Amino acid sequence: MSYTAIEVDHVTKRFKRQTGGPGSFMERFLSVGRGSSVEFNALDDVAFDVAAGQTVGILGHNGSGKSTMLKCISGTIRPSEGAVRVRGSMSALLELGAGFHPDLTGRENVYLNGSILGFSKEQITEMIDDIIDFSEIPNFIDTQVKNYSSGMFARLGFAVAVNLKPDVLLIDEVLAVGDEAFQRKCLERVRGFQRDGRTIVLVTHSPDMVRLFCDKAVVLDSGKMIYCGEPHDGVVVYRDALEARTGIRHGDGTPTELNKNQRDTVSLVGVSVDPPADGGESHHPGQTIRIRVRFTSTESIPAIRLAIWLYSHDGIMVSNFSSADILGHDLLDIEPGVSEVEIVVDDLPLLQGSFEVTAALQDVQETFEYDRAEAPTSFSVTSGGTSSGRVRLKTSISHQQLEPGAIDPVRPAEASA
Amino acid sequence: MAAVTGSEIPPLVEHGSVPRSIPTRIKDVWEFRELLGNLVRRELKVRYKDSVLGFLWTLLNPLLYLAVFSVVFGVILKGAAPRYGLLLLSGLLVWNLFSVGLSSAASSIVSNGPLVQKVWFPREILPLAAVGASFISFCFQMIVLLAGLAAFGHVPKFSMLWLLVPALLITMMLATGLGLLLGAYNVYYRDTMHFLELGLLAWFWFSPIVYTFDFVGRELESMGLSSLVAGLNPMIGPMVAFQRVLYNPENLSEADQALHFPLMLDQGMGFFVGLLAISFVFSFVVLLLGIRTFARLEGDFGEAI
Repeated sequence: MSYTAIEVDHVTKRFKRQTGGPGSFMERFLSVGRGSSVEFNALDDVAFDVAAGQTVGILGHNGSGKSTMLKCISGTIRPSEGAVRVRGSMSALLELGAGFHPDLTGRENVYLNGSILGFSKEQITEMIDDIIDFSEIPNFIDTQVKNYSSGMFARLGFAVAVNLKPDVLLIDEVLAVGDEAFQRKCLERVRGFQRDGRTIVLVTHSPDMVRLFCDKAVVLDSGKMIYCGEPHDGVVVYRDALEARTGIRHGDGTPTELNKNQRDTVSLVGVSVDPPADGGESHHPGQTIRIRVRFTSTESIPAIRLAIWLYSHDGIMVSNFSSADILGHDLLDIEPGVSEVEIVVDDLPLLQGSFEVTAALQDVQETFEYDRAEAPTSFSVTSGGTSSGRVRLKTSISHQQLEPGAIDPVRPAEASA
Repeated sequence: MAAVTGSEIPPLVEHGSVPRSIPTRIKDVWEFRELLGNLVRRELKVRYKDSVLGFLWTLLNPLLYLAVFSVVFGVILKGAAPRYGLLLLSGLLVWNLFSVGLSSAASSIVSNGPLVQKVWFPREILPLAAVGASFISFCFQMIVLLAGLAAFGHVPKFSMLWLLVPALLITMMLATGLGLLLGAYNVYYRDTMHFLELGLLAWFWFSPIVYTFDFVGRELESMGLSSLVAGLNPMIGPMVAFQRVLYNPENLSEADQALHFPLMLDQGMGFFVGLLAISFVFSFVVLLLGIRTFARLEGDFGEAI
């Protein structure tokens, strides 16, 4: 049955910005929660609908208001103007295990979390076996949650959120939990949700996720909705907005200005690609390129992981690797101050087109990110030859004459596949 | 909470810019009553998790008071009312119900921060669960008091027994109302808890727990006021009701009655009903104020915590 699952009806959310000196205590005491002082709009007249069964991706740079949007949808903050209407039960995969109490066992927490999401004890009892199976921690389910590893904690949180089968699922960049196999399982579950006709809201700054999973994209920029519609076009709008915002130029080797937030100790200063050695405009297949990542740290850190993503301009991920993949271990002994990492890509396997590099600094368990390049750095590759495409394959070729009748006729079934 | 598998359209939840009305709030809390029960259970479970004696601690606390105060005031500092420990406990348990409930209600929003930031449910549930947990502890502690009364052969004042029901309701109403009010302010000003701590300390000593109500009443009457004026401290009504009914000074010798409780024993049922009525009006106003303030401030909890 088709109906509107989520209606975001001209939502504006104003926040007060901290101003200089605080007023008198009484003044502040009396004005709590009432409008006063300098305000800014975290969301500015945002309106869109999500039909039941749709998956919508909310894209936006940091501070664009996408998390505020999600909080308005989940009801944890109240819009200043407008309203959000949601049909059906809702479960948020925001911070996994947000409702878990460390002193209770996994099982007790499942029941508690379930009732927070509005499910009855009977409903949870029906599902508890699935939840335990999914979490892959059956031996620990009756152990206090404080003894869990962060991975186990997140698994159980995810297992609860997805197995309670809410009508509407809110996801906020949390799919990067656990090992790869578990991640695949999570994504598979998200696919299952889509097949069941449940509604999903995905908040992300990964265009890949939007393209892969969503039926609809909403792009926010400084609290305003600048696009609502097809995911593909949405990604383009998002990238254009990012470029306009950061003013990056393509491939000139200048570090892009990046955002600096998340964990304060380490911040990414810039990602750059050295200009072609021959002084030309673009790189050529087979050459060596050097990617430089500069970051600052305010304290000594024993180990840090640098992750690099390489995209083609239309958003297909060409490669994702980390310092650990190259070195076999992480970047060690980071001292306070500025560090520069140089990644050398020999024998460039790219063929033609504009490519984008982006980077993130993570802790070695990949449980959190210190910082992430908000805007990618571009460089272009041109091939002199007649071949086209994104990747240069190392090929060899041979040719021989065969006897007549040596080749099997192609079977019809295979031909049509 | 039907899944989408059915053909019916699931119910609508609206999160608008205007706070929900008080009747809607009450309805929402009712719909989440199972969560309320679970949170009360969690609160109690967590309190004594990993302790060997566990729930026994709830009983040991009043038991210790009973023993220590009986010794201190019965043996060392003679001159207090006989079986002083029982008198103290009759007032103290009600006070604990109030003060523990209020403090944990006032901190409940902040201490459940991650939850409040991530998931919607009627936020009033959190202060309510705190008061609820305090009530359950109170019930267990009552066992100690009742056992003590039985051991010393104190007979309750059965004809006034019903007063305990409104006394408890008023106490919890007051704790909930103030808990909602301070719980909401605590999100924005962490001074609230320090303020509350001092406030409760002063409040404790301004209530007839350690001393008898007769001191207060006598003082008021010497000023030419009715001892009903004591009802302006809304905790006095419930406490005095408990002392009158459970400790029941009628169990003392005539000499002790005349010495320690002439005023309290002089009063009929009407006096206690009057005290409780004043407390009720006060608590009800505080509760309404609490709900309204909470509703107004709730909108940014998710951001301000």
